[in-house]
Amino acid sequence: MMAIPLAGALAMLVPANRFLRTDVAVRMFGTAVSGATLLVAISAMTAFDFGATSRMQMRVDRAWAPAIGLRFHLGVDGISLPLVVLTALLTFLCFLYTLRHPPGGGRIRLLTALLLVLEIGMIGTFVALDLVLFFVFFETVLIPMYAVIMLWGGTGRRAAAHKFILYTLLGSGLLLAGMLLVGAHAGTLDMTELAARHGSGLSHGLQVTAFALMGLGFAVKAPMWPLHTWLPDAHTEAPTVGSVLLAGVLLKMGTYGLVRVALPLAPDGAQFWAPWLGLLAVIGIVYGALACLAQRDLKRMIAYSSVGHMGFVLLGIATLTPVGVNAALFGNIAHGLITSLLFFLAGSVKERWGTADMNALGGGMLGTSPRLASILTFASVASLGLPGLAGFWGEMLALLGAYRPHADLPRETFVTFMAVAALGAVLTAAYFLRMLSKLTHGPSDGTAPERAPAAAVSVQEYAAWVPLIALTLLVGLWPKTLLDVTTGPVRALFGGG
Amino acid sequence: MIQSIDYAAIAPPLILAVAAIGLLLADAFDAPRRVLSLLSGGSLAVALLAVIALATGDRRATFCVPDGLRGDGPRSCSYVADDFTLLFQGIVLGAAVVVVLLSLQEITDSKMPVGEYHFLLLAAVIGALALVAARDLVLLLVALETLSLPVFALSALRRYDGTASEAALKLFLVSVVSTAVMLFGISLVYGATGAMHLDRIAPALSRLPSDLDPVATAGSVLVLAGFAFKVAAVPFHFWAPDVYQGSPLPVAAFLSVVSKAAGFAGLAIVLALGLPAYAHVWGPTIAVIAALTMTVGNLVALRQRTAIRLLAWSSVAQSGYMLAPLAVGDDRLPEAVAATTAYVALYAVMNLGAFAVVIGFRRRDAPLSPSWDTLDDYRGLARRSPAVAAALAFFLICLAGLPPGVMGLFAKVVVFRATVAGDVTWLAVVMAINTVIGLYYYLLWAVRLFTPAPGPSYDPVPGLPVRAAVIATSTAALVLSAAPQIVLQTVSHAT
Repeated sequence: MMAIPLAGALAMLVPANRFLRTDVAVRMFGTAVSGATLLVAISAMTAFDFGATSRMQMRVDRAWAPAIGLRFHLGVDGISLPLVVLTALLTFLCFLYTLRHPPGGGRIRLLTALLLVLEIGMIGTFVALDLVLFFVFFETVLIPMYAVIMLWGGTGRRAAAHKFILYTLLGSGLLLAGMLLVGAHAGTLDMTELAARHGSGLSHGLQVTAFALMGLGFAVKAPMWPLHTWLPDAHTEAPTVGSVLLAGVLLKMGTYGLVRVALPLAPDGAQFWAPWLGLLAVIGIVYGALACLAQRDLKRMIAYSSVGHMGFVLLGIATLTPVGVNAALFGNIAHGLITSLLFFLAGSVKERWGTADMNALGGGMLGTSPRLASILTFASVASLGLPGLAGFWGEMLALLGAYRPHADLPRETFVTFMAVAALGAVLTAAYFLRMLSKLTHGPSDGTAPERAPAAAVSVQEYAAWVPLIALTLLVGLWPKTLLDVTTGPVRALFGGG
Repeated sequence: MIQSIDYAAIAPPLILAVAAIGLLLADAFDAPRRVLSLLSGGSLAVALLAVIALATGDRRATFCVPDGLRGDGPRSCSYVADDFTLLFQGIVLGAAVVVVLLSLQEITDSKMPVGEYHFLLLAAVIGALALVAARDLVLLLVALETLSLPVFALSALRRYDGTASEAALKLFLVSVVSTAVMLFGISLVYGATGAMHLDRIAPALSRLPSDLDPVATAGSVLVLAGFAFKVAAVPFHFWAPDVYQGSPLPVAAFLSVVSKAAGFAGLAIVLALGLPAYAHVWGPTIAVIAALTMTVGNLVALRQRTAIRLLAWSSVAQSGYMLAPLAVGDDRLPEAVAATTAYVALYAVMNLGAFAVVIGFRRRDAPLSPSWDTLDDYRGLARRSPAVAAALAFFLICLAGLPPGVMGLFAKVVVFRATVAGDVTWLAVVMAINTVIGLYYYLLWAVRLFTPAPGPSYDPVPGLPVRAAVIATSTAALVLSAAPQIVLQTVSHAT
């Protein structure tokens, strides 16, 4: 079901030499294909039985390479459905945005192809239910993303792209070792079956090793604090669409993997490592916030803010409670919406004024281009966690989860984590407000006073941003819509009703 | 004593032997170049057909110990054509056909004698075919030497070239040393067990008196040496880069694919059939060798600037991955052998493909000068010939093991799986780190293909045979990427 449009997209791209001669046509084509994928994703959502969110639905299960027990097994449940829809939506919006604002560097045809392959990899990761298949999709995103950064990136793109791919590949290698360790000893690679066993039959030591390997793999992707250094470079150098997909979806693959693969496969290992995970998450929150305060580049600042936000998500996972994991999944979606919006905005700013340096940009954007500035304000406020917007619930619930962690975990430690994380939330507010005061408020004093002819917000930009704004509001005001979907499977994950 | 010989079982090497002698005679009577090439390639194809025909039948064995001499031991046969043998013979012959295709242009360019070249190549292939079918230590050693000796001559065939002679000498010395070590190992094993056939050695070792234990231990480790040389494992790897660089490129392709595949087959045969009782000894030894091989190979490959040396070191590193599953010892050994076999088969396709492009691309303006293509020479290849560049990039990504090179990814998955299943997790972690290092240099090379050329560029016009080889390997790579089960299924069936 999900695979059909993706395979179609791939097939249509291979003979792209002859048809669609102009760049515009290629861009239209990309938009159409990703739009079709989005439609299928939405129809999948409507076909989804929300009464049984913890059950795998719309399964495809066929043997692929029986010699190593590999099956082509796909399916969605309440955990993956929102992410699938988010991916389809963001890819579509990226194409929409590219329609009017192609990144410098030409070769639109190649870009379209790469973005569609990227989409296949991302959606595939979220729906795969076989460990090796999951890994294949997980790896599929690497080369296209590398090429996107390498070919359309900023000045430091070479180093950034290499750093990105080497870091993430290291993570993948360890991840593969961890997953196969579990798979080989449990005798199956099927994720639903392994999850249903809750790690029974695997020794404690094995689970600890496996979780460490898988956790490291996902932590690189997420990224967790000491392993995050690829992220600011990659985000800063990538073109707008690259940053959006990187922040909006690729990071989620790490946390999704933790929830979907690492937690259910090695619960004992998870319990062993949870305090450490929590510690690193909290360090990430504070470190991200402090690093943001020191940034001058708008994109780099948003990138570091991602480190902080993903810290909250990881903290939620580390609590090992339904509340915490729910918070993590919620935070995933919220962060996907808001940060994508922020990166879109940063891209627009950079496109208009040729720089993303906050000092060079100067203040007074609210006066010169009020609409852009208002949306920027909205996104920043949502990101710093204003109640009523999407960012708030993820952080709040994560903190709540840390206050009451899993019974077997040291509570004092987690309460300390909670306090420090709350401090981090305050710092988050501080840097976003600093950014806003620098950019939007005040007189237009910067070195860019001649910004007067700044273009108004184009239709395509509106088209790309409005859905994100609307969803941010929706999820923020009615968090129940999303929480209802994820609660069921999360409870099932912990073996309770 | 009359022994009956099952000629059907030995048909593949027999066909090649007849063809090789025919070639030598035809060359003496000044047969035209085209006829010789056709005879050489044709006989390989016929042998391949014979292997396929044998594969449909039952297991065949010949050169067995006659009934009167057998005693109460097993039915020891020296030459066995079972599924495992035939699979490897298929790999060897398929790769050899591609090597012949690659050689045609090179022979003309480098002014090498045609008849000798093909004769030596066929002789080496016969050695490889016999090696994968051998089930006793003497035949193994003889086959190993039959595979090695012609290659010394092959790599020195460019007689005017000093580096070629040096390469051949180096190859010869390392080979002789490793064979001597192996022979000593064989004599120790024979002394301890009194048997040469693997199916007799295995039970004898498992009930060995404890005072002979050190002898057998030393013997089983020393036997590994000969194969470690063939597969270019550390510390017997020093010949690889110089020989690859010095010898004609098709010979380097032969060394890195055919000869290596045969070496791995021999290693697997000896370990799995002959020495399972000493798995606690050779298991950890191989683990260490594998870790060293992949790490050294990858680290040195990082520093290489010429394409051929990079391929040489990377193929050393790949040997490390192939050795890794065997490190599990006798715990899940069949699975490990299957993993190694699968990796060898997939590696043969991708590495041959990379070699084919490198050979096709080689500078032809000064065919007699010892100049090698640096990686920078590959800049802008994507502009000049997009299809070739795409093929090379695909092979490199396959070797690195990333999608869209799904084939390479599956090869890695299989190897990781076997290693982890045998509880050698630390080796899997070393391997994970190594894949990252490997990716870096493969990627640097692949990226160069797509960056514009700095200076004046020349347009390589590869001949028809080379183009056919590139097309064949890339088709195989694409098919296997979409349907890796073809190889995986066959392999798990055969082992």
